Amino acid sequence: MTNKLVLENLKHRPIRTILVVFAIAIQVNLMLTLVGMSYGMLNDFQKRSRGVGADIIVRPPNTSVLSMSAPSMKEAMVGYLREQPHIKSALGTTVHAMEGFLNSATGIDLKQFQAFSGGFTYKQGGPWTKNNELIVDEYYATQRKLSAGSTIKLLNRDWIVSGVVETGKMSRIFMPLDILQDLTGNTGKYSQLYLRVDDPKNADAIVEQLKSLPALKEFPIYSMESFTSLISIDNAPGLRPFLNVIVGLSVVVGFLVVFLSLYTAVLERTREIGILKSLGATPMFIIVLLFRETIALSIVGSIVGVLLSYATQWLIATLVPASLQMQIVYEWWPISMLVAIFASLVGALYPGFKAAKQDAIEALAYE
Amino acid sequence: MSKPPLIEIRDLKKTYRLGDVDVHALRGVNLSVADGEFLAIVGHSGSGKSTLFNILGGLTPATSGTIHLGGEDLLAMSDSDRTRMRRGTVGFVFQKYNLLPTLNAQDNIALAQELAGRNNMNEPWFKEILESLGLAHRLTHKPRAMSGGEQQRVAIARALINRPKILLADEPTGNLDTENSVAVLDILRKLNKQYGQTILMITHNPEAADFADRKVRMKDGHVLEPAGDIIEG
Repeated sequence: MTNKLVLENLKHRPIRTILVVFAIAIQVNLMLTLVGMSYGMLNDFQKRSRGVGADIIVRPPNTSVLSMSAPSMKEAMVGYLREQPHIKSALGTTVHAMEGFLNSATGIDLKQFQAFSGGFTYKQGGPWTKNNELIVDEYYATQRKLSAGSTIKLLNRDWIVSGVVETGKMSRIFMPLDILQDLTGNTGKYSQLYLRVDDPKNADAIVEQLKSLPALKEFPIYSMESFTSLISIDNAPGLRPFLNVIVGLSVVVGFLVVFLSLYTAVLERTREIGILKSLGATPMFIIVLLFRETIALSIVGSIVGVLLSYATQWLIATLVPASLQMQIVYEWWPISMLVAIFASLVGALYPGFKAAKQDAIEALAYE
Repeated sequence: MSKPPLIEIRDLKKTYRLGDVDVHALRGVNLSVADGEFLAIVGHSGSGKSTLFNILGGLTPATSGTIHLGGEDLLAMSDSDRTRMRRGTVGFVFQKYNLLPTLNAQDNIALAQELAGRNNMNEPWFKEILESLGLAHRLTHKPRAMSGGEQQRVAIARALINRPKILLADEPTGNLDTENSVAVLDILRKLNKQYGQTILMITHNPEAADFADRKVRMKDGHVLEPAGDIIEG
């Protein structure tokens, strides 16, 4: 009967119920979207890194997996690395951060890239033939409404899109290596070196062998396997505190929504509370009644929030597929639901105690 | 040896504070009610009727005096004891019916029995009461779909579901037209005669009071019995 009373109370004020459910859903969706974007963008970065086909990656000194730094590795290093035992080929790239987190333009030598990773699969157009041409991937082309032959202004100059390639290799925007190096004042310098080895199973051993070389002592060197495994929330600068802030904000939003809603509900139901007391309901019964209502709202809100996160994912994939990638992170479903329930219960505390403490006679006289 | 009264009130006083003023709502009430009696308490507004009703129903504590209800000392009860008492010992019928608007008639009644931890809904005696209240076909309706008379009959059924020792009725016909008032009063009298239900009814209406076995008048926080004299404690 208590559950029925909870249900009937929720049905009695459908607009309020829908609004609270929606507010909790937004709160849950906010969490799932931002977490999903964090995971999605890292995952996408992981995939694109793997897509290069390298076994080992060498980064400039004083960089971490996800931190950017000015290109500082000299051209000679590529040749030096090629000469090391077990190294089949080496590819140098220059990365220039462009827009948004993890989005960058990458300078490559098309011939070397072709030889190293099998090249691009062109969806439109083809390789660049002039110095003012660049290649973009499908996501970037969709987001910026580009096709082969379009012009785009980047790095303060106009570029012509020579080709649109399949997504999944290294970057979204590719420019001729030497042009990008010159434009960014890094002539002859690389920000990332990719290596292929004779037997990928030995990549870790080869990494150790490279690290032991005095010339490479200061360089972070990773097998692709360990590099991609290090692309995680905890290694992305500021991402963990960012997520904590989001969860904290969600708690505040959930608290406020439920507090305001239940506070008005308790005022509105003053007489009903008096009736329950006259029937012998204990203060605890009344608190539990409101808590059950809160938990029901939070659970329904969370489910709607999860469904909304799919809608958000679709929106992001449709509108800004290159800048943002959103992943559905299942393990965050229960977390976001628990956060929503916790925030709502905190919001229900004061109205609950107010209701429980209400004087039965005054409550019964309430008009 | 005669049976002890079901309710024994001696020198009951209640003073409450309204702003900076002490209001003496009951100034020494003495009253005995026998088991199975139908008593009407009449009096003007402010005479102390509702305060007495609220104290007897365990909704508020008294300031001093004694009340024994079925052998239990009401003044010695804690808040939680009085809450427990409201679940089974007394049943309330209010002027404004006080049904939960979100629940249908049956659920309003069922909630009262659930709070008392009982299961009388399907007992033959309760079915008989529902039948005599003429509610059997209205149980699935919500209060807003019922007339005042019907709502008051549901409130009576709810008050009786836990077989209370006393039925406290506060102006039960105050919101009803004559026809429905008579119907409700007939029901109360029938419950009293047929089932021996002890009933205390507060009313302004002398005609309603005539349905009771005995009438007492309240004035200025005292009970005058049977007509004019103050019973000294």
